[in-house]
Amino acid sequence: MRRVETIYGPLAVLALLIGFAFIADNYFLRLSTSLLMYVVLALSWNFIGGLAGYPSFATAAFFGLGAYCGAILQKAGVPMFVAWAAAGLLSGVFAMALGRAILHLKGHYFAIASLIVAEALREVVNTWTGLTGGGMGLNLPILRLDVTVQARFFFFSMLTIAAASFVLSAFVIRSKLGFGLSCIRQNEDAANILGVDATTYKISAFTLSAVLVGPAGAIYATWVNYIEPGDVFEILHSVKPIVMVILGGAGTLYGPIVGAFAFIVLEEVVWRNVLTFHSGLLGLLIVLLVLFMPQGLMRVTARRLLRRKTRP
Amino acid sequence: MLYLQILVNGLLLGGLYACIASGFSLVWGVLNVINILHGSFIVIGSYVGLLAHQQFGINPFLTVPVAGLILYGFGYALQRGVINRAVGQPVLVTLTLTFGLELLVNNTLILGFSADYKKVTLENPLGQIELGAIFIAVDRLLAMVLALVLTGILYWMLRGSRLGRAIVAVRMDREAASLMGVKVNTIYAVTFGLGALMAGAAGSMMSMIYPISPLTSTAYLGKAFVICVLGGLGSVPGAIIGGLVLGVIESFGSLFFSAELATTFSFVLLILLLIFRPTGLLGRRGYE
Repeated sequence: MRRVETIYGPLAVLALLIGFAFIADNYFLRLSTSLLMYVVLALSWNFIGGLAGYPSFATAAFFGLGAYCGAILQKAGVPMFVAWAAAGLLSGVFAMALGRAILHLKGHYFAIASLIVAEALREVVNTWTGLTGGGMGLNLPILRLDVTVQARFFFFSMLTIAAASFVLSAFVIRSKLGFGLSCIRQNEDAANILGVDATTYKISAFTLSAVLVGPAGAIYATWVNYIEPGDVFEILHSVKPIVMVILGGAGTLYGPIVGAFAFIVLEEVVWRNVLTFHSGLLGLLIVLLVLFMPQGLMRVTARRLLRRKTRP
Repeated sequence: MLYLQILVNGLLLGGLYACIASGFSLVWGVLNVINILHGSFIVIGSYVGLLAHQQFGINPFLTVPVAGLILYGFGYALQRGVINRAVGQPVLVTLTLTFGLELLVNNTLILGFSADYKKVTLENPLGQIELGAIFIAVDRLLAMVLALVLTGILYWMLRGSRLGRAIVAVRMDREAASLMGVKVNTIYAVTFGLGALMAGAAGSMMSMIYPISPLTSTAYLGKAFVICVLGGLGSVPGAIIGGLVLGVIESFGSLFFSAELATTFSFVLLILLLIFRPTGLLGRRGYE
């Protein structure tokens, strides 16, 4: 019944975004490229955190891995698009192996294990100076393009990845995999007994949560031209997507996107006005969100609308 | 002889680590909340020591009770006012909540004290003891002994006192404890306060040993994680053993590799432990 809406809505948004790229100034292009990056991170985290209900803090690990993979390959002379694709492959394979190792853990133990992975990778990158430049960071080849053309190019690159994660999410949520993951979130033991292959499903979700974050990290690296371990393995890259998904509504298709949009608006307003207390206000936002709106924006408004309708 | 010296250095550090981790582990075990704020609690304790030393010239050892009490009050209020609303919620919610609080508190600390590294330098250094060829810095030795004494008091309190038994009862079965007349919410707040107290006390002693900055809070938090997983969750003896083991591992790690690789090494160890032995080295659930 909603088939028409589900196809034409996203297409209309896509058309609007493409049009937007040709009228927006560089500031808005930069901001919306960040927004699209957040959309990728939020939709990706939604696979493991929203659908399967596993509190993964590994997004920063995939992001940093992708950024360094892309940067190192590009410095070695590999063409840019190949390097970006390789970043996706590497983070996907890494997530699959990591998932096999830590997805048997539950609750706090899983959260910590996934959190520590980014820290450990950061330390490795920090000390492996020969390959990664260590704490000095890595400079990437500069694209010899006009400033606006370049801004548009990165906008479209990020848009491609964001669109890909949207399509992937739409398919997974409607598929048997998505249904199985919801079962795992509600009761893993019961799901197992009823014939859901929990291990395979969880590993698939974990891999899905990495495979597009890697390219996003690689595009980010090319975009900003310079990366260092503290920047790309920043734990906030793991926490922000979680906040966005909670803000928008976990386990839904549009929730993460709405959340990413709301988040970047808040972040931009806060960032511009209070430079010295930026992360403190972000913390306050997280606290208020968790305490007063754990269901997310989408469900809150939906519930309000429903309530209004049912009342005479 | 070098190895023996390194071993002693590690054990001296390990005492403080045990003190840090016992509070963290207690909160985790009883409230089922991972307190990301724990590192900042330690830093606040360090600043109490630093300020008392700068303003009044008081030795940071003497401010240990003050730092502990201040942090106890802060922790109690924070749990009562904010964290209690999320106790019993899924891991994701409690973890994100304490992470948000950590951002807030840590940024406030940076605004208040700046991110510069500071250190307490005593006017009359306590010197060092020579045991054969081994040198032991007296301030570190005192810190270790005091930290272990505090951890011991916590252990004794959990085992022997009425309050301690109530805390353990809540940890074992919240509903049953509540039916027996234990005020669960008060116990939660007291437990969180005690965790903060241990962090503050350790922090005050740390101010003589490590450079102080709000930026160090994550490093302390990482250590608390590793120790908890090493020693097993929620058990004070586990925290002591885990703390001493981590201290020794770190000092040998810095000898054989480098100081940075020692941190990497402890993280890798943590992941391996989580994969193969998530119940810790002692391998039992700590109900005291």
